[in-house]
Amino acid sequence: MSTAFTASPFVGKTFGITVSKLNKQFGKTTVLRDIDLEIRPGEIFCIMGPSGSGKTVLLKHIAGLEKATSGDVRIGEYDAADPETRNKVHLALVFQAGALFNSLSVYDNLALYPREHRECNEAGIRERVMRALSILSLEKAVNKFPSDLSGGMKKRVAIARALVMEPQLLLYDEPTSELDPVMSATLTEIIATLREQTAVTSVVVTHDRDLAFAIADRMAFVMEGRIRGVGKPGDFKNPTDPVIANFLNPVIDLKNPRFKQLEHSHE
Amino acid sequence: MSHFTAIIGHIGGVVLLFGRTLRFLGTLPRQRARFVEQCYLIGYTSLPIVTILSFFIGSVLALQSGYSMENFGAKQFIGTLVGLTMARELGPVMVAILIAGRVGSAITAELASMKVYQEIDALTTMNIPPERMLVLPRIAAIIFMMPVLAIIANLCGWYGGALICEYTSSISVDSEAYFTALKAYMKSQDIVDGLIKAEVFGVVIITVCCYIGLNTRGGPREIGGSVTKAVVTSLILILVLDYFVTKALLFS
Repeated sequence: MSTAFTASPFVGKTFGITVSKLNKQFGKTTVLRDIDLEIRPGEIFCIMGPSGSGKTVLLKHIAGLEKATSGDVRIGEYDAADPETRNKVHLALVFQAGALFNSLSVYDNLALYPREHRECNEAGIRERVMRALSILSLEKAVNKFPSDLSGGMKKRVAIARALVMEPQLLLYDEPTSELDPVMSATLTEIIATLREQTAVTSVVVTHDRDLAFAIADRMAFVMEGRIRGVGKPGDFKNPTDPVIANFLNPVIDLKNPRFKQLEHSHE
Repeated sequence: MSHFTAIIGHIGGVVLLFGRTLRFLGTLPRQRARFVEQCYLIGYTSLPIVTILSFFIGSVLALQSGYSMENFGAKQFIGTLVGLTMARELGPVMVAILIAGRVGSAITAELASMKVYQEIDALTTMNIPPERMLVLPRIAAIIFMMPVLAIIANLCGWYGGALICEYTSSISVDSEAYFTALKAYMKSQDIVDGLIKAEVFGVVIITVCCYIGLNTRGGPREIGGSVTKAVVTSLILILVLDYFVTKALLFS
């Protein structure tokens, strides 16, 4: 697999992320509580946790898409919530559902960023787009529209769109959901290779234990809006925290008495 | 009180959106394709309905005025009445109502759908301001197309009235007399005033519809709610602004 990325003017500068005393409330519901995190420049940092624990909300704060109720998020020395930060930091977010532009073809989805920012001429844009598509084996989808694609293909196009942006900070929201095992493995390689070649800081929100342990330099566990643990993958091979242990190695009990009612309802 | 502050907040939001959009005015030349596309969607595709409705509005106006003015022996002024009413009032207001229902609803639905399915968030993270890519071409297109639609509405209304006057036996004012009366008491300022009103309505409708679309929160159900809100708000604003703009134009 060829994963050569050209250097954009932004590549080479890396940014760390500092989350300080971050709290977020939606109405009366508290989603994030006193989150403190330090993500180092150039590292792959995985955020794991059960559904509804606040991982995506945390990622949106880093992307500047949500405003904190209190506390702050800084990318390098810049405030993540300040729109001006996007002029200083090249940031790409791979959304869980892709968030492709439905009125544009796959090619135009990928070409939108360099066109809008006038980064190169049309031939250069085409080269960048086709290279990103070939990395994700999407050459045949180039003229299709998002409505013609499966969920997994949409996800791959979204990742290709992020690659075209040649970011310094790459955020992934559940990148391997809806992907088959082969494509998940390819994506794992892509995330790791991208970091090696461009020193991009990557934050990966995922449920995928295999992905996280394969690529993470460090990882954090978010449970009920709080950081439950931060460390290297090796620290969590045999976790002492029973909640993290249960999340990473759930016990499947086919005789669980909680489900007795289901048997009765089917009788 | 909370409703009142919410309304003030929304008015502020619409004004801010318009202001932020104007900041990107310099990017319009390189957004030619989007501008032309919006001119097509807002102007060209609205032409058939504008033509048909304004023709019949002019016709009904001639019929009603013919019926009532006959009592005063003033049938020869039907042309003046239809001409002035279409140019100063019904032309711009009717086109604005059609644009709110036909174009404003579509814009809100599109932007609300983009918001709900995170396309707006994707644009934001790509450092492409939605005001520049989505709002500016639409506002520029309405500024360009609204006077065109209003002039076409005026012409269709005038000719609809002329046709009714000519071929309705109870009125029987020939076209020549009708247009002589229309021209005799109408100044170019009357037409210009109508076009100014059309421009104001157009810009307000599109900005409000974009604002409501971009501020949609929730799921697919909220898209329908936003469309209803956008159309109702636009219709109310058209009629409220009609009073104030008319007063300002008449007494300025």
